[in-house]
Amino acid sequence: MKINRRRFLLSSALVGGGVLIGYTATRPSRHRRANAELAGAGESFVTSLLKIEADNTVTVYVPHSEMGQGVHTSLSMMAADELDADWERVNIEQAPAIDLFANGDLITGFAGELGAPSFLAPLISVSAVKIAELANLQTTGGSSSVRFTGEHSMRYAGAAARELLVQCAANRWAVPAAECTTALSYVHHNASGRSLSYGELAAEAAMLEPSNEPMLKTRDQYNIMGKAMSRNDIPAKVNGSAPYGIDAQPEDMLYAAIRFAPVFGTKLVSVDAGDVLSRRGIKKIVQLEDSVAVVADSYWRAKEALKSVDAVFEELGNENVSSASIYEQFDASLAADDSDEDREIGDTQAAFDSAADVIEASYRVPYLAHAAMEPMNCTVHLKDGRADIWTSTQDALGIKSRIASILGIAAENATFHHSYVGGGFGRRLPFTWNVIDHAALIAKEFDVPVKTVLSREDDMQQDYYRPAVASNFKAAFDSSGLVRGWHNRFTGPIQTPGAAHIPYAIDNQSIRVVDGTTHIPIAAWRSVDHSQQTFFTESFIDEIAHRAGKNPYQFRLDLLSGHPRHRRVLETAAEAAGYGRNLPEGHALGIAVQESFGSVVAEIAEVSMDENMRPVVHKVTCAIDCGFAVNPDTAASQIESGIIFGLTAAMYGEITIEGGRVAQNNFPDYEMVRMATSPEIDVHILESDNTLGGFGEPATPPIAAAVTNAIYILTGQRVRELPIKNHDFGKPSLAKV
Amino acid sequence: MANFKVNGEDKTLDIEPDMPLLWALRDELGMTGTKFGCGIAACGACTVHINGVAVRSCVTPVSAIEGQEITTIEGLATAAAGSNPSNPALTAVQQAWIDHQVPQCGYCQSGMIMAVSSLLAQNPNPSDAEIDSSITNVCRCGTYPRVRRAIRSLATA
Repeated sequence: MKINRRRFLLSSALVGGGVLIGYTATRPSRHRRANAELAGAGESFVTSLLKIEADNTVTVYVPHSEMGQGVHTSLSMMAADELDADWERVNIEQAPAIDLFANGDLITGFAGELGAPSFLAPLISVSAVKIAELANLQTTGGSSSVRFTGEHSMRYAGAAARELLVQCAANRWAVPAAECTTALSYVHHNASGRSLSYGELAAEAAMLEPSNEPMLKTRDQYNIMGKAMSRNDIPAKVNGSAPYGIDAQPEDMLYAAIRFAPVFGTKLVSVDAGDVLSRRGIKKIVQLEDSVAVVADSYWRAKEALKSVDAVFEELGNENVSSASIYEQFDASLAADDSDEDREIGDTQAAFDSAADVIEASYRVPYLAHAAMEPMNCTVHLKDGRADIWTSTQDALGIKSRIASILGIAAENATFHHSYVGGGFGRRLPFTWNVIDHAALIAKEFDVPVKTVLSREDDMQQDYYRPAVASNFKAAFDSSGLVRGWHNRFTGPIQTPGAAHIPYAIDNQSIRVVDGTTHIPIAAWRSVDHSQQTFFTESFIDEIAHRAGKNPYQFRLDLLSGHPRHRRVLETAAEAAGYGRNLPEGHALGIAVQESFGSVVAEIAEVSMDENMRPVVHKVTCAIDCGFAVNPDTAASQIESGIIFGLTAAMYGEITIEGGRVAQNNFPDYEMVRMATSPEIDVHILESDNTLGGFGEPATPPIAAAVTNAIYILTGQRVRELPIKNHDFGKPSLAKV
Repeated sequence: MANFKVNGEDKTLDIEPDMPLLWALRDELGMTGTKFGCGIAACGACTVHINGVAVRSCVTPVSAIEGQEITTIEGLATAAAGSNPSNPALTAVQQAWIDHQVPQCGYCQSGMIMAVSSLLAQNPNPSDAEIDSSITNVCRCGTYPRVRRAIRSLATA
């Protein structure tokens, strides 16, 4: 593949006067390609990721989107630590959206963990050619940045660069490399008292071939990783200067407000725009296959004018679909039990045939919207066969390719302008294209930039949702009261393999999935299938414990002898939460534990019922075994965030379908936890010898069951359908624990 | 014509009287620190100060602020000069936001900081209940525990 002149210039500008040193463990061709295609006269860089300048500043290029998870800082810490860089002199840069910075480690990482992440499944399943395209992803998701890109690229880049710098210094001094040490961006030869800065060595080091197996540090050698470092993105986020996609303001920009077909999958039939075009600032009415847009010189004018545009959309038969009909469909599908295996262990049928007691329960959760604070938006400027793109995304490279293909230009003729992301949670991953595609199609009609912005109402009604799911359970007890059979049928699809699996030692398990397809578009939503499956499984195991007359905490521990990480987080959380000790009058503790994205998390919710018999969550105690936390403060903030995200869903979260379309419009109908309803959160990060686990998602799954398990203790009512707000808890009646 | 002051500067805009202040700031004046979140005053991302008091700019038409003083996140430090002697570029609230590493995605934080600054100006030592009732901004990342910690650190300072 030949690099064209424009990309060469972009890369050169990026490199500036410095020298790039880096290594991508999984793609050794990268540094050779960089030399062959990118190195110009007088330039000598190996590949991306690390730039060292003559004045000894180090710049780390991070190939992930910063959406508040602190990934720019955490990944830079990993590279800088292995480099033995002076953290005070490390700059952090967003890597540009060019294929040299594709972050393919995510693929490798998930291939090992899951087979493949759900949002990539469409690509992987299409063809081998498509699989090759995976290398062009620059995806941020799956709690994967630190544990995959960090572990497999950033640390290697730092360590390999350090070895090259040491080698260069040793050559200059004519001493063995083994006699040299590094610290704070210098190489030292202690025997002779000589030192050279990395900046003095970088140009020479970049001429050498980096090792693909550099010596990585052991945890006791870390100087930067493991320390709570301030995030580099925060200062700009307290004074309004942090740019988000929606803040793009290229010259001569126009604005588009758009109305989609309210019933998913239907097409636009006709438009009556009345006198809209004669109004101030209105430039054009753009009709697309499934939507109509008003383009104006101000977003407000476009949005106001759109209210006067009548649009007729076709009817395809989904106009009668409702949440009730979807749940009926799910129940029928579960009853038919035309199912696919998720997990089969032992002889579950025999366990039920010989059961002394059987317990059954049916659970449900509704669709959920992502509702990121930054409404979906995308700005595109197409002129003379070239395009500029601004949007907040979890996959800059993928978005660039997508828009280029819609515009009919080559991807290298498109420039992606990075920004911070005002919330992702899965909404801004690949394959949730609706706003991106529309923005490109609208901009195609102009030669000035056009910013397409969804209203909050459209953002909520045109999402790709966390699926509604129904799940039926049965458990079999033998005559001695032991659980011998676990029978679970749930509606699919499975987006995250293993999310419905339980860690408990039950000999016979039959876990199977039935069809749950509807016309509602679905996608990954923070923690993906774990968000619903953990509510189901951790509630039902609690039901089993109560039926067995056992303490639900001890009951779990007894069935977790083969899972020391689960036991450890449960014991830590229980101790910290004061489990088994005196609680304030009317308070109860609910427990849940789940492993997801490489981390094992236990949460204990302290709940009471207020005078109106509404639950109040006072405190959540969380223990996580994550292997190791690169930036512990960022890790803690992600856990706080994940718990509140899950609590919002548990308490209030509900997208309902009426007339084939989403009934909710804006935050009043899709309520959020706010200051007044946000619990105290006590986070315990437990390190272990395990490989690094994720932080962005694993705290979300357990919270719903932790809260509803506490509500059961307080009220005797088992919440089997979310959200909790829809339940009437009547009068208090304490259940026995 | 709409006339009002933004961060101490006189602004005259030839815009419709019913255009919300949010869009006048963002699209007419190019000041993007104030954010669009919901458009119906339900989330607080668009919070600015009008004569020092927190107001949701997405439902405030420019006709309602004729001749008044608007402070946005960009002008907060100047408007509150002296609140943070160690760094005049930031108010004490903004500094606390850094010290407590409050923002995550950060999109709601302009509004959150404007709301908290207004609260603390009127009530320097708010109780938890007062914080709960006056700070009703939505933060989808769930930074509330840190928002509370940061307010507490200022209140007890």
